Amino acid sequence: MSKELYYIPFTEDMKKDYTILVPNMLPRHFKLILQVFRNHGYKLDLLETDGPQIAEMGLKYVHNDTCYPAILVIGQFLDAIQSGKYDPHKVALVLFQTGGGCRASNYLSLLRKALGRAGYDYVPVISLSLAGIEKHPGFKLTVPLLHRLFYALIYGDLILSLTDQCKPYELEKGSAEALADEFTEQLAAKMEEEGVSYKKVLRNCEEIVRRFAALPMNRVPKVKVGVVGEIYVKYSPLGNNNLAQFLVDEDAEVVMPGLLDFMYYCIYDNVLDYELYGLRRLTHPIYRFASDFIIEKQKGIIDLIKKEGTFRPPAPMTHTVERVRSVIGLGTKMGEGWLLPAEMLELYDAGVKNIVCTQPFGCLPNHICGKGMMKPLKDRHPDMNIVAIDYDAGATRVNQENRIKLMLANAKEQLEQNPET
Amino acid sequence: MKGCEPLCLGLDIGSTTAKVVVRQGESVLYERYERHFSMVRQKAAELLEQARFVVGDAPVFLAISGSAGLGLSEVVGVPFVQEVYATSEVVRRLEPDTSCVIELGGEDAKIIFFDGGVEERMNGSCAGGTGAFIDQMATLLNVTADELDELSLHYTRIYPIASRCGVFAKTDIQPLLNQGARKEDVAASIYQAVVNQTVAGLAQGRKIRGKVLFLGGPLYYCKGLRQRFAETLGLSAENAVYAEYARFSVALGASLYAEKTGKTESLTEVIDRVRACRTDLSASTRLPALFDSPEDLASFRARHGKNTVQTADLSSYTGNVWIGIDCGSTTTKLAVIGEDNTLLYTYYASNRGNPVQIVREQLIEIYRLCGDRVTVCGSAVTGYGEDLIRNGFGVDYGIVETVAHYTAAKYFRPNVDFILDIGGQDIKCFRIRDGAIDSILLNEACSSGCGSFLETFARAMGYTIAEFAEKGLSAKAPVNLGSRCTVFMNSSVKQSQKDGASVEDISAGLAVSVVKNAIYKVIRAASACELGENIVVQGGTFHNDGVLRAFERELGHEVIRPSIAGLMGAFGAALYAKRAGHSTLLSAEELECFVHTSKSVLCQGCTNHCHLTINDFGSKKRFVSGNQCEKGASLKSEGALPNLHEFKRNYLTSLPTGENRRGRIGLPMALGMYELLPLWNGIFTALGFETVLSPLSTRQIYEKGQFSIPSDTACYPAKIMHGHIAWLLEQGVDGIFYPCLTYNVDEKAGDNHYNCPVVAYYSELLNGNVEELSGTKFLYPYLNINSPRQLTKELQKYLSQFFGPIPRGEVRRAVKEGFAAYDAYMAAVRAEGEKSLAFARREGKRIMILAGRPYHIDPEIGHGIDKLATSLGFVVVSEDSICHLVAPQRVRVLNQWTYHARLYRAARYAAEHADTQLVQLVSFGCGVDAITTDEVREILEGAGKYYTQLKIDEITNLGAVRIRLRSLLGALEEREEKR
Repeated sequence: MSKELYYIPFTEDMKKDYTILVPNMLPRHFKLILQVFRNHGYKLDLLETDGPQIAEMGLKYVHNDTCYPAILVIGQFLDAIQSGKYDPHKVALVLFQTGGGCRASNYLSLLRKALGRAGYDYVPVISLSLAGIEKHPGFKLTVPLLHRLFYALIYGDLILSLTDQCKPYELEKGSAEALADEFTEQLAAKMEEEGVSYKKVLRNCEEIVRRFAALPMNRVPKVKVGVVGEIYVKYSPLGNNNLAQFLVDEDAEVVMPGLLDFMYYCIYDNVLDYELYGLRRLTHPIYRFASDFIIEKQKGIIDLIKKEGTFRPPAPMTHTVERVRSVIGLGTKMGEGWLLPAEMLELYDAGVKNIVCTQPFGCLPNHICGKGMMKPLKDRHPDMNIVAIDYDAGATRVNQENRIKLMLANAKEQLEQNPET
Repeated sequence: MKGCEPLCLGLDIGSTTAKVVVRQGESVLYERYERHFSMVRQKAAELLEQARFVVGDAPVFLAISGSAGLGLSEVVGVPFVQEVYATSEVVRRLEPDTSCVIELGGEDAKIIFFDGGVEERMNGSCAGGTGAFIDQMATLLNVTADELDELSLHYTRIYPIASRCGVFAKTDIQPLLNQGARKEDVAASIYQAVVNQTVAGLAQGRKIRGKVLFLGGPLYYCKGLRQRFAETLGLSAENAVYAEYARFSVALGASLYAEKTGKTESLTEVIDRVRACRTDLSASTRLPALFDSPEDLASFRARHGKNTVQTADLSSYTGNVWIGIDCGSTTTKLAVIGEDNTLLYTYYASNRGNPVQIVREQLIEIYRLCGDRVTVCGSAVTGYGEDLIRNGFGVDYGIVETVAHYTAAKYFRPNVDFILDIGGQDIKCFRIRDGAIDSILLNEACSSGCGSFLETFARAMGYTIAEFAEKGLSAKAPVNLGSRCTVFMNSSVKQSQKDGASVEDISAGLAVSVVKNAIYKVIRAASACELGENIVVQGGTFHNDGVLRAFERELGHEVIRPSIAGLMGAFGAALYAKRAGHSTLLSAEELECFVHTSKSVLCQGCTNHCHLTINDFGSKKRFVSGNQCEKGASLKSEGALPNLHEFKRNYLTSLPTGENRRGRIGLPMALGMYELLPLWNGIFTALGFETVLSPLSTRQIYEKGQFSIPSDTACYPAKIMHGHIAWLLEQGVDGIFYPCLTYNVDEKAGDNHYNCPVVAYYSELLNGNVEELSGTKFLYPYLNINSPRQLTKELQKYLSQFFGPIPRGEVRRAVKEGFAAYDAYMAAVRAEGEKSLAFARREGKRIMILAGRPYHIDPEIGHGIDKLATSLGFVVVSEDSICHLVAPQRVRVLNQWTYHARLYRAARYAAEHADTQLVQLVSFGCGVDAITTDEVREILEGAGKYYTQLKIDEITNLGAVRIRLRSLLGALEEREEKR
């Protein structure tokens, strides 16, 4: 209903000379994804800017009680548009959103409002959402493109996970990151050269695992810290004050459940809408098919990691879903919903008992699915060591780090008493 | 033996104090506790030197702890231990049978549970109730922290004070003081708020019992605080342990940790390293200096020096005068003007917690200076204490602050477009269009960076407010502190101190923060042109040249600051008073025998039981405050006006409860139940259940459940749910029903029809956090209420699991009856809405749509604002009673929540009807309303209407609400006069 307002379509002409700006969330994945788009004739730029001026810009144009990710993403866009690096009449923006009952589904509207206030209401905004996308003649998610994007995501998850598993133990500092960079460079091109098929992807993944496993390592027991939370602050270094790096500097191994879990969660929720409420009678077979597809592809990856034997594979989503049922109803589908406690359990089962639960200050779904689930989780597993951290334009790093340090101090003590885990 | 044990030194640098302990084995050789006034490195070096003086330069094991110690440990290369971890080290060593530790520091509060799995918790970012908070509150009461403690021991009653954070508490305390509450009671209430904050915010469902050890500076010094803790937790004398080393526990823990590091240090070397790293290692970002050069400052001052008012001496004046009094939240101001508006006398000082005495003294002084030459022809009072002062002293007029300030600003700039007033507690802005106030914006608790906030920082660093402001002017690189609320700002300051920022840079940084806060949070402007050409800034805070400069910079526009910036309210009131011919103000003789006493009582007028303060002014006059309606003030209301909130409450609480054939089902009267109660009640009664509805909320209901709230930043309507569940559990019902509803009723009025995440899934949280629920059947199925068929199917399956098989046909009929009851309710609400509108129009009354969510009609959530509105002459209707009169709205955001689609339609109704105003109730912490408020504001302001938002929380200062509603009334009246 509100969709016509401020809606500037991205036309086929624009595809020729417009630069599409993409906010950074997951550096590793996004580099791959952008390359896939470039191969399909788009001009894109990943915004890797940081600094306090981004949040300030956001605070200026967005209601200050809005969630921090919106403030950052919108601030980052406006900061880029005003930086002089781009011709504002030759840029378009792309925004990822999830939709649903959380207020995050309003990011697109908030961005358009902010653009209007700042005098850029002519800038087209392309919203990428699983809940459907507006018509943009110059921006079409064709089947071959989607196919490649899916595998880019698979690659991204794998590389991220392996890099994190190597970083604290590598003998040669930076070798894991360098290898990750190398693969990131190659893989998108490879998809175009050799085409995509699951078989080829598996073969490439095998190589990735083999190469990472061959890096010289000193595997001494270290504290493992899982990171879960609201999708943006969980992954984005801009959103979480570079949490992953902080943890590595504190001599911990970071374990971040992959983006595939989140994708599965988003798709599976539509299946659940049918099962719980009898909604989506017509489309539900498609969602069912898509979720089964993910499970199947994920299994292949898990199997080859297991086969190689050096690394900890992700848990199959089917297992994760079963695991969480006793803690929270699967109907909880706003924000990260049931996925949040599910990931904590997944981590716990994999021996990662220390967890940072990240959330934007005042995140509504997280009252229920994050902070609200800590007691039931701890009741079941008293040795879970969870710390909830709020991220916000006003929250300071020193307070966040002090709380994380407390979690780490306990984790180290646990490790000393019980180095096996 | 002793001599062989190694020396261990622990240094604990917290947010306000630094502590050092030198230990050898079990004996402490040296300990010291000092405030560091932000000079972290100097103080650390000093303390270490003093320690060296005592223990010499033998090798020591050394570790640093504390929130401000983190940075120091890194640069000096000394091991760091997290402070909570350090504390638990000590406790395990010294008090192994402890069950729980409560430690309060300057800005952090911590709880450690030892029983049943060690668990350590620190307060989140949104939290008060710490040492700094107590200091702030003492400042507010104008006593030292020691005096506050002493006062608290002589309390007779406790007032409820918000425990969410210091800012909220402050807005509760100020009116108490202004209404004349006893300081003893306020002091004890402050401590109680700290206790509540700790218990509710940190315990989060875990019971505090067994042997409890209290640590940290505040708990060492404040006896009253200990008393409140022990009483609240019901601890026996032997179970409440106050350790001698309470202040040093972290430092002691650090010394224990130091020993484990296995690395000794030479103290001299460490001291050298601390001294050496004094250079700026700032990680926090800096801003450009406020003034480039002394000349720059001088020309700035010269420009602003022009906006003055003519002054003369009252003691040599002859003729008529008018008196204006501005009894503000923290300061009292008086102005006396002569016939040609010459300012003859002024007064500006802190309330010191007793404005009545100040006004009396000042009036006596004014009369003395007047002698026989001068006649007082009129007087007016404005501000928080308006009613109190007007009643006590017979002041001629009581005027709303907005009117007073506009009157004064007009004097300086007749064509003023925009007025910004930053006072002690409030930021007020109003736009002027066509000579009338066009829109009014006020700050909320979370945008509270105002004058008293600067003052608190100044005092904490050991300066007067003027000295502190002056320092900021010469800052070379002001720190960038962001613009969140005071509590957040505290930690930003802490961070910058850690990074070695100077007092100058902090002062200037704070000035910039105050300004950014006003512009981006309160005014919500993106550029100067949104404010207009002629901008007048005023309020005591603008006496700070740094604030003024930062404001002009941020705006890129020059503004006018009258020389009497702090007196504008009083000056405006005096100008206003000139319409009087003869004054009713107490005479000099009457003032001499003026007495004022106050006492507090609990109103018995209705179930609200407001805390009343009765002020007695000698034999004939008394003034009652604190009442939420007219009853308590013993005023007669002229036949109650229609009030849809009241109507809905009455309807919902008198639904039939059915017969008990299958069992008794508890329905918690909170959140979504306010909407769907008729449906669920209809279904359950038709199925042969007796329904037990929890009563309308009270503070007591809330307190029943506050121990199991896991997220203290959730909204009050959600938190109060815990109390309703606790109440229902006490009734011994067979089950409690609150379903999970992703989707709300589809009224076909928006893009979708969701519930907000909290309303939708709160049951999941309850199930996980309220332990007692395991003793009953907690029914929270996921349901689809838009398809009777699906609902029947799901309910039959679900209920049969718990209550034995129920035939499908029976459920189908029950669902049908439920929907019939819901439809009947909605029809009744709409009919009553239309009836009320017709009544208002027939009787010529103003109409207020008091809009929010269905649960805002809860008297404890809405704080009786509906009644306040009717007492001000409004007919009150709710958003859902009139939104059917307007078509569904297109808005610029995703219109996907059922409740909010109604809100937009109601706003459109108000926009289209001249006699209708919309006031939006917004619960603190409601994330969804960050989106809706802007839209509602746009709809209203687009049609030239006022937008009024009332932010409500656990405790709401009705005084402030009254001022806002009266400002609205004042503006409406003025507008009508213009026409």
